[in-house]
Amino acid sequence: MELVTARDLTKTYGTGDTAVAALRGINFSIEKGAFVSFIGPSGSGKTTLLNLVGCLDKPSGGRLVVAGTEVSGFGPRDGARFRGEHIGFIFQSFNLIPVLTAFENVEYPLVMVQDLTPSSRKGRVRELLESVDMLDQQNKFPDKLSGGQKQRVAIARALVTHPELVLADEPTANLDHDTAMAILRLMKKIRDEFQTTFIFSTHDNRIIGEAEFIHRIEDGVLKTNGGSGGPKNA
Amino acid sequence: MHKLFKIAGRNLLRYKRRTLLTLGLIVTGVLFVSVFVGVSSSFKTMMIGQITDSFLGHMQIHRKGYLAAIETLPLTMNMKPGAVKKVEAVLKETPEIEAYSLRIKFGGLFSNFVETTNIRLNGVDPEEETKTVPLLLSRIKEREKVLRRGEILVPELLARGMKVKVGDMVVVIATNKDGSVNGKQLKVGGILESATGPGGRDGYVHIEDAMDILRMEDMEISEIAVRVKDFSKLHEVFGALEARFSELTQQGKPIFEVHTWERLSPFYNVARMIDMMTFFIKLMLIAVVLISIMNVMIMAVYERVREIGTMAAIGTLPAKILSLFLVEGFLLGALGAVMGSALSVVIIYAINLAKFTYDFGRQTGLILKTSVGFQDLLVVSGIVIVVAIVASLQPALKASRMDPIQALGYV
Repeated sequence: MELVTARDLTKTYGTGDTAVAALRGINFSIEKGAFVSFIGPSGSGKTTLLNLVGCLDKPSGGRLVVAGTEVSGFGPRDGARFRGEHIGFIFQSFNLIPVLTAFENVEYPLVMVQDLTPSSRKGRVRELLESVDMLDQQNKFPDKLSGGQKQRVAIARALVTHPELVLADEPTANLDHDTAMAILRLMKKIRDEFQTTFIFSTHDNRIIGEAEFIHRIEDGVLKTNGGSGGPKNA
Repeated sequence: MHKLFKIAGRNLLRYKRRTLLTLGLIVTGVLFVSVFVGVSSSFKTMMIGQITDSFLGHMQIHRKGYLAAIETLPLTMNMKPGAVKKVEAVLKETPEIEAYSLRIKFGGLFSNFVETTNIRLNGVDPEEETKTVPLLLSRIKEREKVLRRGEILVPELLARGMKVKVGDMVVVIATNKDGSVNGKQLKVGGILESATGPGGRDGYVHIEDAMDILRMEDMEISEIAVRVKDFSKLHEVFGALEARFSELTQQGKPIFEVHTWERLSPFYNVARMIDMMTFFIKLMLIAVVLISIMNVMIMAVYERVREIGTMAAIGTLPAKILSLFLVEGFLLGALGAVMGSALSVVIIYAINLAKFTYDFGRQTGLILKTSVGFQDLLVVSGIVIVVAIVASLQPALKASRMDPIQALGYV
């Protein structure tokens, strides 16, 4: 079952002589539960593509369907609602909210985005913190956590709303080798546990090695055929 | 909502020094305004009290047109007994009225048998007059504080100028409304301290002595001073009386006119000036709160751009982000208002303990009794909180409208 489908997807920044084409007619599909990596050099269009799939930005042309919904026409409010319900984010710099504890950071989307009752959200947060092996650190503020621990909390936060899709932009870029591998294994375990689809943008070879499907982008053009079973050696 | 407050509170604690500085500014502003309101309103209340309770009364009723000619104290414009009865009937039917006093006002000559000078006199019933203007007798210097028949209370400046003292015999000469002159010998019963304002330097005689001097067979009254039970309801009572008196007409024109102290005393302008100053001080408070909170919230938004981007990216709706910053502003304002109000109460208590004295007109050594009402504190706090929210609005809107991609990429 396809979770993400892009057809002739384009994104152009600026207009007229200063227009820069970041994506030039991209086509691909990603199956539910896939562990997919978009790779390519800096400026190739990976982050732009993730922004479009994450409804953070609007494509200039083409069609984009995520979780059965055409998202290319979403405005800021619709995009925010859709993200809150269907998409989780993991950032390169973890982006935890510094005034909240690990527990509260994971709880945040349930309070501020999904408005769940305290009783229903507490159990879910504990379950996720346990999955990322951070339950014993739940009362610590981000400044008391290591990089790897922060990323574990960020993963738990991304998954707490039970999204169908998690987007991770360079999730291991700020981590050492062992921690990065541990995080990748954790994400795979969670994928297996929750059947969540993971899409990464990276040029980190460690991730590329762990990805099940790889799409290479160069100058805004997808160099693979775009199928969800895109070749790992692309 | 609870979480919003929790996050907002922690964000304020995150930048302790800045929060304390802003709170300090707001607390100082609230303190200055509250203490100023306390001191100025106490001074105003004292001033109004001195004027109304010493000689003026809260309201006065005259025959229509009398007030315009009051400088000449025209006896021809006095109210006849029938008219007085009509007024008294209305006053007695009005439960909000505590007391009223009938006065015969007239001008005459005052002689100590050596020198003669002009004098303005009030003929009053001492019992009714002291109920209506309770501070009158407290103005009597030397001797017991009463006004008896056959006695005159002489204003202090006149007594000094004419070199008369308590117990001396003097003569008061006056022309009655028919033009005939009459005089009466009176004993100086007391020297009356001057009070500030028109009528504050008048002498007093018993109303029956006034009738004798003016050869009045029936009591014809120049003015009726009125005291209300609750001064805060003065204007309501005034409105009701005005409506009643407008019904009493002669040839379609009203017979009586009623005025509050504001119309009768120039000190109303001083009171208004105090109100104006209070208004401008409040404006300054608004400016202080507006600038300090806006500044701190603008900085908060700039420092947390990536955080705002993260919130937006994970699906926080713009309205929630807006609320978060508004709550921060609200908390700053509310904390400042509460702390400032509490400190104001302490400072005002300390001022009262210190018993500062001041002079007002010819009255010296008045003790500054400051008080600030709960309502005043509520108004000041309300202004601070509303301004704090308004000041946070622009930065909060900016945060809520931020493009998540740009915000996440902000360095």
